[in-house]
Amino acid sequence: MSLTRADVEKVALLSRLRLTDAELDAATAELQSIVGYVDQLAEVDTDGVQPMAHAVELHNVLKDDFVAASLPREAALRNAPSHNDEGYLVPAVLGE
Amino acid sequence: MSQPYTIVIGLETHVQLATASKLFCHCSTKFGAEPNTQTCPVCIGLPGSLPVMNRDALRLSLRTALALNCEIPEFTKWDRKQYYYPDLPKGYQISQFDLPMSHDGWVAIEDPQERFAPKKVGIIRAHLEEDAGKSIHDEVAGRGDSVIDLNRTGTPLLEIVSAPDMRSAAEVRAYLDELKLLLAYLGVSDCNMQEGSLRVDANVNLHIDVHGETIATPIVEIKNLNSFRAVERAIEYEAERQFREWQETHQRMGDAPKQTRGWDDAAGRTKAQRSKEESSDYRYFPDPDLVPVIFSREEVEQARQNLGELPQQLRERLQNELGLSHYDAGVLVNQGRAVLDFFLVAAHESGDAKAAANWMTQDIQRHLNQTGQSLSDLPLTPTALAELIKKLAAGELPSPRARDVFTSMIEYRESVDAAMQRLGIEAVDESELESLCRELLAANPQVVADLQAGKMKAIGALIGQARKRNPNADPNRIRELCASIVAAGPIG
Amino acid sequence: MSLTQQSAVEQSRLLASGEVSSRELTQAYLDNIASRDSEVGAFLRVDPDAALTQADAADAKRKEGETSPLLGLPVAVKDILCERDQLTTCASRMLAEFRPPYDSTVVAKLRAAGAVLLGRTNMDEFAMGGSTEHSAMQLTRNPWDTTRSPGGSSGGAAAAVAADMAPLSIGTDTGGSIRQPAGLCGVVGLKPTYGRVSRFGLIAFASSLDQVGPLARIVPDAALLFQAIAGHDVHDSTSLNESLPNDLLDSLSQPLKGLRLGYVEEHLGEGVDAEVRSAVETAMTQYESLGATMVKLELPHSKYAVATYYVIAPCEASSNLARYDGVHYGHRSSVAEVEQELASERAAGATAIDSTLVRMYRNSRTEAFGAEVKRRIMLGTYALSAGYYDAYYLKALKVRRLIRQDYDKAFEQVDLLVGPVTAAPAMKLGSLDDDPLAMYLVDLFTVGANLAGIPALSLPCGFTESGLPIGLQLQGPPLAEPSLLRAGTMYQNATDWHTRRALGKTTP
Ligand SMILES: [Mg+2]
Ligand SMILES: [Zn+2]
Repeated sequence: MSLTRADVEKVALLSRLRLTDAELDAATAELQSIVGYVDQLAEVDTDGVQPMAHAVELHNVLKDDFVAASLPREAALRNAPSHNDEGYLVPAVLGE
Repeated sequence: MSQPYTIVIGLETHVQLATASKLFCHCSTKFGAEPNTQTCPVCIGLPGSLPVMNRDALRLSLRTALALNCEIPEFTKWDRKQYYYPDLPKGYQISQFDLPMSHDGWVAIEDPQERFAPKKVGIIRAHLEEDAGKSIHDEVAGRGDSVIDLNRTGTPLLEIVSAPDMRSAAEVRAYLDELKLLLAYLGVSDCNMQEGSLRVDANVNLHIDVHGETIATPIVEIKNLNSFRAVERAIEYEAERQFREWQETHQRMGDAPKQTRGWDDAAGRTKAQRSKEESSDYRYFPDPDLVPVIFSREEVEQARQNLGELPQQLRERLQNELGLSHYDAGVLVNQGRAVLDFFLVAAHESGDAKAAANWMTQDIQRHLNQTGQSLSDLPLTPTALAELIKKLAAGELPSPRARDVFTSMIEYRESVDAAMQRLGIEAVDESELESLCRELLAANPQVVADLQAGKMKAIGALIGQARKRNPNADPNRIRELCASIVAAGPIG
Repeated sequence: MSLTQQSAVEQSRLLASGEVSSRELTQAYLDNIASRDSEVGAFLRVDPDAALTQADAADAKRKEGETSPLLGLPVAVKDILCERDQLTTCASRMLAEFRPPYDSTVVAKLRAAGAVLLGRTNMDEFAMGGSTEHSAMQLTRNPWDTTRSPGGSSGGAAAAVAADMAPLSIGTDTGGSIRQPAGLCGVVGLKPTYGRVSRFGLIAFASSLDQVGPLARIVPDAALLFQAIAGHDVHDSTSLNESLPNDLLDSLSQPLKGLRLGYVEEHLGEGVDAEVRSAVETAMTQYESLGATMVKLELPHSKYAVATYYVIAPCEASSNLARYDGVHYGHRSSVAEVEQELASERAAGATAIDSTLVRMYRNSRTEAFGAEVKRRIMLGTYALSAGYYDAYYLKALKVRRLIRQDYDKAFEQVDLLVGPVTAAPAMKLGSLDDDPLAMYLVDLFTVGANLAGIPALSLPCGFTESGLPIGLQLQGPPLAEPSLLRAGTMYQNATDWHTRRALGKTTP
């Protein structure tokens, strides 16, 4: 499949990244060459093959329902770029 | 039907499951804690943290899905639903996409007021996912910042998606009431809408009849529905709005993208919400940090056995086995487990289900309404109610005094016997009553004359006097005695 | 032979016998770091006082009679494993100030075993890269030739061991990130079976491929560290409930009888550097002389491994790195600047521009992620986006199973697979800067084990004319680490490549 500048622009927004016009051109070329390479997967016959999402296929791994200590609030907020000692602060999310 | 269209409604209901700890960590799910005091590396989504699924959340989901008559697949997995929002710290919600833990069930609804015929509302799927945190817009900060509280992040939610099978606000209300009742009987959720443990989004559109052709209008999702009443109002409002819009635009389904509107309860209308630009692309994929769940048929059957009696079965049992009316059965079951259990004990111990039902639906209900108490506050055991009913049946308690005794039992927290003693009630001896009647007749020749003339009303005058002399005297018995005495001939 | 040239196993014995204290040993390595790391750049952070405090604690415990094999041994840790209240940066500007409030399970196990946490080693940002040049922090040089890359992403971990700046070090391997730098730096590296070592507290790159493993100079040293960090962990749903034999270390010296080694002809064919090929072939004949039989076999889908890997890994990465949005932790771009930016765009009449929040996300991520990380995030986002999921992600998951099935068939015929780690020795710094695809192809021989979840060992098997190390890779079926380690020991007992020294090139 071929990847357009518009695709990359959309992908950049979906990825919450920004590219300058120059970067956009470079990224389109790079991604195109990688996508062109992985396109070879299309030639593999995978009819009836089950997808393998895990390297080791376990199931029903469950924990018991009990309450254990949470982090002290200071510890939880310590790494926050902006907080008011009670919560994380972000520019208004109204209308988002 | 008055309007020239049919309203088509499907609901997405998010129910918080009543686990002690969160879905993927051991933080408490308790409501109302100080902001960000119930979080850990896992539910904050700190780098390196990993989820491990809560066994009870899965058990409660399975229990609910079975009660919703859903099919349970052998294999189910969890996927990441990806979008950016400050109350979603990992940048994705762990949910279920193509292989939910249950699908294709139904809920039966009906309306006591018979505004619609009994029907089954289809359940497309019910899946287990994690809740997000809360964004509070902070006025005090003044800088227009929002404050994020992650206490709720990772709380287990069951998302129940109904088919677009409802056709009126009344049907929607009945579906929600029945769903809430079912969840309460199952004990899987407290369903407290104020605390957000039950959240409803409605998908609404119209099927408009235009000379024989049925035209579907674009679907609108209504959010911010904070009470069942709000859901009803929003749907009624939205139907009219969509019809007006149709008349202006003639837009059909597909002409416009699915719109999201928020319900403004104060203003009583819905407002278009700004949709996230790429909300259409959640890039679901299986979460590599979680492993799938395989339900053995044995454990599914086991869970089915443990469901216990559910509202619909109970309503039927009350009618078929205890001979209650359809209406009484509904009233008793719909008030929830506590009321129903109280009734079942009283009915069993008194041996008179109908009488027990009457007391429950009338005097007890009236008392609770007046005092605003709930059944648990009521200083009356089902056994005590059964005693009261038995005393009445045995004729030891004259029916006119029954209500006084009931009141006294509650007021003084006492037994039937104690109440009757306090009120000086004992059964009146027949011969004593007869001689009383003879005295009164003798003292009231005019009454006797009227009776002989066939004016039976005349007895009324005596009843008052009789009850002054003996408050336990049963008016009907007095009427009968007097009539028979007069009929027997001259009073000696 | 100087103390720091001894094997970790020998140092462990010296500590146990009291001939050496942990303080002496730790100080010796701190001295090496002080004198050599300015040239190599393997460590991002070393805190000598903290290290010596831990050493003293270990010596005290030793006096109280404690005898863990790792007690008092210095261990270097890749800067991708969370250490409580200590900087853990993933060599990214995004996490330059991040101090996790918790210990990763691996770090907790090292503490419990009494190891001395010597310092944090450099890596490609978020482990994305094969040269450690994608670190946002510093350059790491190959101790054998400082104009060359140590490989990556665990380049600091491998260089630290190669330059005798640590006896043992912890790396992580998603597509070869332990084995490839080990091979290029002439040390031993083990990528365990997926699930053997807990990933809890390991900052995720590609969750279904990431594994933590040991790097060391000789195989028994790697086994020593491996045994300390392996084991089931209830905090990791993908952790295996399998334990290692208690006598693992003692068993290593026993050679494997009737060892059947499989090889794939194409992996020694064109595209493979001639010196690498002959070194690997010599190793194979060496094994034969030790009684092993060579079986030529096919891994029909291995030629698709890189393509499969470069779909799955970026897809998972794009999702794992979505959490870095500048809200709860990590770098946040200046909101004031964001608002100015948006205001001027509005003034210029721009329409449909981002909200303040969206622009804050975008600027924070754009400022704090390096080019390679952004590239992989975009690649994965693209491959998962509407319309491409089936063609890329789903297809790759199916090919992944075929690759695993190739291995399963192979291990019906042989005990282990043998081959090169990389097609070429260490590359000049900067040589792959502008060709990402060429950089990805370097992983040709290593990604298969990650996709299949099987264990693989990398060990030195020779040097080029110019003196660059060449690595030999052994791969085994799931949970076959014990036989991998025995086969590796068997080889090292018969060869002396592992005794060569990088800096100063001293020989024993
Ligand atoms: Mg949902
Ligand atoms: Zn938590």
